Amino acid sequence: MNRKKKWYDYLWLVSLTYLILGFFNILFAWLGLFCFFIPLLIAIINGNKAYCNKYCGRGQLFALIGGRFGLSSKKDIPKWLKSKTFRYGFLIFFLTMFCLMLWNTYLVFAGNNDLNMIVTLLWTFKLPWHWVYHGMLFSAGVAQFAFGFYSVMLTSTVLGLLTMILFKPRSWCVYCPMGTMTQLICQAKNRNTTQEN
Amino acid sequence: MIRKKAVVSINECVACGCCLKVCPRNAISIPAGIHSVIKHELCVGCGKCVKECPASVISLEVIEE
Repeated sequence: MNRKKKWYDYLWLVSLTYLILGFFNILFAWLGLFCFFIPLLIAIINGNKAYCNKYCGRGQLFALIGGRFGLSSKKDIPKWLKSKTFRYGFLIFFLTMFCLMLWNTYLVFAGNNDLNMIVTLLWTFKLPWHWVYHGMLFSAGVAQFAFGFYSVMLTSTVLGLLTMILFKPRSWCVYCPMGTMTQLICQAKNRNTTQEN
Repeated sequence: MIRKKAVVSINECVACGCCLKVCPRNAISIPAGIHSVIKHELCVGCGKCVKECPASVISLEVIEE
């Protein structure tokens, strides 16, 4: 790389801090919403993937651990993992699980369910995570969303680390639901723009 | 004259931007967030983007000039 480092090249520190904070106070999980809204807003307003290209701290973290620290085998990703079928399928699955998480949050808000202090890893493994909850000033639903959202963030990090080890460092970028979604938005927005390669 | 140039498979590109970060000639851009665009007049065929691409959709092709 021949260019000078810019402030956004250090955003991996923010991603790392976010993951660490989730081990101390679950309410910090709400900050993860920035990773959802910023890429979408950039894609909708500017019609590009500047978030993926420049600002994604998670991608930078994988590049650092897999690249500089050498924890990646740097093998080619299998064809099926980069196929449109898998990418769009994973996006639909991811959004469905996200809606399910929102529904569970609603049930706690409505008082139908009690607060469930667990982090669900890979949509399957329920890990006890009660030490990060220090009582609530607001509704218990606020904490339930935080547990659910942190589960999403931790799951995607674990998946990303797994594919980082098995394949190239930023393999997560290939099937990242946010990346797929922003690319679809850009495709819709720039439908009439002709591009040359 | 025979030269090697990087070529992107645009239908498979996920527009993540890993390639443009490593290009020593700043020959790559993702103008519309759909796929990478490589300026062939700037590309020196070093292969850094080929190595970096997480989807392995960039290849070096022999181009006669």
